[in-house]
Amino acid sequence: MSKYVHVENVKVVFETKNGSFTAITDIDLSVQQGEFISIIGHSGCGKSTLLNLVAGLIEPTEGALFCSGREIDGPGPERAVVFQNHSLLPWLTCFGNVYLAVERVFSRKEDKASLKKRTNDALELVGLSHATHKLPHEISGGMKQRVGIARALSMQPKVLLLDEPFGALDALTRANLQDELMRIVAASGTTSIMVTHDVDEAVLLSDRIVMMTNGPSATIGEILNVNLPRPRNRLALVENTEYTHLRSEVLKFLYERQAKKAA
Amino acid sequence: MAVISINRKVKDDISPSVIKVENNVMNIDVGKSEDKKAEIPNKKIILLSKSAREFLFKKTFPPLLGVALFIVGWALLAQQSENLPGPEKTWNSAVELFSDPFYDNGPNDKGIGWNLLNSLQRVGIGFGLAALIGIPVGFMIGRFAFFNGMTSPIISLLRPVSPLAWLPIGLLVFQDSQPAAIWVIFISSIWPMMINTAVGVTKIPQDYMNVARVLKLSEWKIFTRILFPAVLPYMMTGVRLSIGVAWLVIVAAEMLTGGVGIGFWVWDEWNNLNVEHIIIAIFIIGIVGLLLEKFLMLIAKRFEY
Ligand SMILES: Nc1ncnc2c1ncn2[C@@H]1O[C@H](COP(=O)(O)OP(=O)(O)OP(=O)(O)O)[C@@H](O)[C@H]1O
Ligand SMILES: [Mg+2]
Repeated sequence: MSKYVHVENVKVVFETKNGSFTAITDIDLSVQQGEFISIIGHSGCGKSTLLNLVAGLIEPTEGALFCSGREIDGPGPERAVVFQNHSLLPWLTCFGNVYLAVERVFSRKEDKASLKKRTNDALELVGLSHATHKLPHEISGGMKQRVGIARALSMQPKVLLLDEPFGALDALTRANLQDELMRIVAASGTTSIMVTHDVDEAVLLSDRIVMMTNGPSATIGEILNVNLPRPRNRLALVENTEYTHLRSEVLKFLYERQAKKAA
Repeated sequence: MAVISINRKVKDDISPSVIKVENNVMNIDVGKSEDKKAEIPNKKIILLSKSAREFLFKKTFPPLLGVALFIVGWALLAQQSENLPGPEKTWNSAVELFSDPFYDNGPNDKGIGWNLLNSLQRVGIGFGLAALIGIPVGFMIGRFAFFNGMTSPIISLLRPVSPLAWLPIGLLVFQDSQPAAIWVIFISSIWPMMINTAVGVTKIPQDYMNVARVLKLSEWKIFTRILFPAVLPYMMTGVRLSIGVAWLVIVAAEMLTGGVGIGFWVWDEWNNLNVEHIIIAIFIIGIVGLLLEKFLMLIAKRFEY
């Protein structure tokens, strides 16, 4: 299974009031099963667009996408998404939000008790057992994001798609959640694609970093292999020369070769 | 059930004003809840802190003054005119009227309570039917662009039509004044609910719909878990506007159709040249409208998340 998720010569053109706008073009990418991929690039280059394509939320104007050998023709629970703004339903409790997903995926084969157990397990995994019956507006931003992650993981997806999952969080919460995500993904072997702005996050979590050129008509500029041994420890990596090297590679790409002209 | 409890509230609200007028406070604003608080603290006020006193003063003084001026103005106006009864005369007449609200001397002479209940029942039925049809249709309009395209020319055409223009059609179709009045309530109160519900559906954040799409929820689950809770606040706004319209329209409709009802009662008292009763009716209509609105606001508050 060397091409679990496969993006083939994809182009996305948005029709706007001012004519058509080519967001991304000539995108070719293959992701192996169990691999962790980061997509990094300047704001507005089309990272979310690429992720939404894999999610099936938008369709490519040209080209095709495949997952596990089948063409992607719409969203589905086997490709779970952690949304940039958590997207919890405000009228459902943390439990209710996760249960909605669990119920959808497993209710055909399992009884209520086991669905509830799955929901509670997912919340425990992200350390939220104590907030099970709270509503989203009663918990902090970091906790909301964790519920979003729990919801996605509870579905036992084949592919986990994360759109800047930690973007809105403070540095401490962010580090904690990154470690948790690393642990969970390693344990489950879930194939993951994550959009990020954060160079350290990309290097720490990824097997490969996809670096995108600036839009419009953005494309993949370079793909960087991260051959750091796992499990990775953020403190130990600070001293690691390979880590430092990779980090500067990404920074050079972003700030020298794809330097954003000041608007 | 609801109808009766509302009616009882009206009486409760009115009776305290007896004392006030006799004490020369001249407060007849029975709709405002603040005035009740205002009369009790007179003695306790010394015990309250200065800021609490100031707050109480700011909250209660302006409405009290407004009402007092209104009544003084009314009394002065009544003195100039020989036809317009003053506050005191109206008050005495109201006391008499409400001493026996539920008498029944045949179809054309019933107590004010019966008239009010009959009007509320018509509004309840017409408004209930409008909700039953308007809200689901609103959901369909918001959810399906095709349906929206189909209905929007008809809605834009019919919505601005004056409620009473529908009355002849009702009389023609139903051959009876009672269902015709209900029909007018129905057709005039359906639009705010329908349109607000439809707008609510289109205003649902795309994020929520993306969750539904990723989970591939069934249309039923989408409705119960996402559409309905997200639209509820909009829907309640529509319901509130609708009941206001229904209460506005019932008086006019009953004036034309006759029968037992507050609108017809006003017309009847006009024919009897009993102006005090007309003024009382205006107060009753205002108070009941206010209570309906407050009641629905209370319900709507529960649905905010
Ligand atoms: N529905 C749409 N219609 C028109 N243009 C769009 C649409 N969605 C995205 N775009 C445009 O496509 C480009 C890429 O958008 P995208 O959201 O993928 O960027 P991004 O890399 O995720 O940015 P950010 O890092 O700020 O989230 C942007 O210029 C955006 O304006
Ligand atoms: Mg984005």
